[in-house]
Amino acid sequence: MRLSADPTTDTVLKLVTVVVAMFAFVFVVMVPLYNVLCDALGINGKTSAQAYVAAPAAVDTERSVTVQFIATNNDSMPWEFRPQVTSMAVHPGAANDTVFFAANPTMQHMVAQAIPSVSPARAAEYFHKTECFCFNQQPLEGQSDTLMPLQFIVDQDLPKDIKTITLSYTLFDVTDRVSERIASR
Amino acid sequence: MGDHHHGPAKGITRWLFTTNHKDIGTMYLWFSFAMFILGGTFAMIIRAELFQPGMQLVEPGFFNQMTTLHGLVMVFGAIMPSFVGLANWLIPMMIGAPDMALPRMNNWSFWILPPGFLMLASTLFMEGGAPAFGWTFYAPLSTTYAAPSVTFFIFAIHVLGASSIMGSINIIATVMNMRAPGMTYMKMPLFVWTWLITAFLLVAVMPVLAGAVTMMLMDIHFGTSFFSAAGGGDPVLFQHIFWFFGHPEVYIIILPAFGVVSQIIPAFSRKPLFGYASMVYATASIAFLSFIVWAHHMYTVGMPVAGELFFMYATMLIAVPTGVKVFNWITTMWRGALSFETPMLFCIGFLVLFTIGGFTGLMLSIAPADFQYHDTYFVVAHFHYVMVAGAVFSMTAAVYYWLPKWSGRMYNETMGKVHFWISFIGFNITFFPQHFVGLAGMPRRIPDYALQFADFNMMSSIGAFIYGASQILFLYNVLATIIAGKKVTDEKVWDGAEGLEWTVPTPAPYHTFEVPPKLDPAHAHG
Repeated sequence: MRLSADPTTDTVLKLVTVVVAMFAFVFVVMVPLYNVLCDALGINGKTSAQAYVAAPAAVDTERSVTVQFIATNNDSMPWEFRPQVTSMAVHPGAANDTVFFAANPTMQHMVAQAIPSVSPARAAEYFHKTECFCFNQQPLEGQSDTLMPLQFIVDQDLPKDIKTITLSYTLFDVTDRVSERIASR
Repeated sequence: MGDHHHGPAKGITRWLFTTNHKDIGTMYLWFSFAMFILGGTFAMIIRAELFQPGMQLVEPGFFNQMTTLHGLVMVFGAIMPSFVGLANWLIPMMIGAPDMALPRMNNWSFWILPPGFLMLASTLFMEGGAPAFGWTFYAPLSTTYAAPSVTFFIFAIHVLGASSIMGSINIIATVMNMRAPGMTYMKMPLFVWTWLITAFLLVAVMPVLAGAVTMMLMDIHFGTSFFSAAGGGDPVLFQHIFWFFGHPEVYIIILPAFGVVSQIIPAFSRKPLFGYASMVYATASIAFLSFIVWAHHMYTVGMPVAGELFFMYATMLIAVPTGVKVFNWITTMWRGALSFETPMLFCIGFLVLFTIGGFTGLMLSIAPADFQYHDTYFVVAHFHYVMVAGAVFSMTAAVYYWLPKWSGRMYNETMGKVHFWISFIGFNITFFPQHFVGLAGMPRRIPDYALQFADFNMMSSIGAFIYGASQILFLYNVLATIIAGKKVTDEKVWDGAEGLEWTVPTPAPYHTFEVPPKLDPAHAHG
């Protein structure tokens, strides 16, 4: 296909198209593709951002898996943030409940977002959260605290060699982002 | 020659407004040499600090700025523009074209470079200092934790990228449309071939780099979260995007060097290049493979085993076309009437040292072994063997080889040989010990180190000062040649040289091939 009668102009127009396409490729292909792949393959320790709908399945009482909880504050996040229990022994297939404690020691209203990560990364696709505080942002008035619920099921198909799963939450301060969004409405 | 033949304009405007490919090539070459000295100065500061363990001369923060700027200036300021300069000078003369296809854009793509680098260098004097996150500028080091000068760094990268893209569009347009009648693709000199393929790589990946820094800009100033986990982004995504650009980038640097070596080795072996067609296909295969191996820079990021294996095998595959090239160069020399003038010495130095760098690359490609090598001085040694002994040695060879054609004067051969031997020895004293400290666990980008690395680091530093000093000799030799070198008038400066650039008078007149040359069918791909 010729874009111009002049061969040089034709070459240049085609190459400029490639340049523009590659620039767009980064934004509209690479970024979404990365997220889709991480989601679909459960790689990178990313767990699903949606609640898992539990399918009725037998509980494997023969087997026990240790689930450890870690809570970390990002950067200068001033909240107090910790799991109520640091470790649980669970049976694959059984639903388990636990809570995380969060307190806002400042005088201001703040909004936090917890980001989960599962280690080993291979276990991420077998770790299902039916309810998690990380699905939503957590607002908290100054000088107040709350208990944040987590309900999860470890899949029966979890590879046999995985005996311990670590679930780590990092708490981010998203107050500015939220207030910007409200202000822009 | 037509009677309207005219020489260059006089004064500074000749250089500001020139559209002549030779003038622009000269400016690129001098600019890249200036950047080579600047980046070299940063390297000297790094090596002086590492001369002994403990903090000696500079603050750790400044040390980080030095490693960052050394990398950026050498890659984007010294090596890439030097080969673009070479392309400007040589491609029109090699394919029998009067000039580049887009002469005014050519002027523009050069003249945006100095302001770009001025912007980058100016960050040194800003509050908070220059970028200090390494030349790979991983997020969030380069976003959340960066000094405010990062915005200038981002715009500098945009400018350099625009310059490279324009330069490569120009090269592709020239090669595809301006070849002399009868100069088919498979008759082009290999330097033209490697640059054509390099230019396609540049057009494909420089926009990716521009995209990466644009995302950084948006994360820093406009509240997006491409690389911030707080807003649903991912810092690992940055590494994928960066290396999707970064791996082709290393071939962008080395392929033109392959082209130079493929021109010079036959000339001093007095034999045609062995396996011309296989060289072309090997270059194209390397270019293709460069797009599917990027994650071998990120083995330790936490990839699934399947991913590690894929990138490991794909990376090892590159050794095949690269091996084809190395064997072809050796076979070209086999039973040739060899002589060892300075350009040939640098090419043989390239061949030996680049092959060592290739082998350490193969070691690094082994995913389980890389967990040990990752981010150690072993990596530093590896990429300096391919960047310095690869790209810089071949560039130096090119300057010695074509300088008589450009200037009409012969350089001092003895001084050239001395330059080679000091470079060769200095380079190896600098970088060979870095393999050992790397394997023993010394991390890169660190201003201080454990005592057991002290001896090797002192050796490295002494070697670096020797190698650095030898470049002053090089500068002196080139200046002395241009000002007062022995005049040469033979069209063919080297008796074994082949190709259209050796059919024009010496020194090459301001305008060449205003009338397309007649190709001698006996001399396919000179």
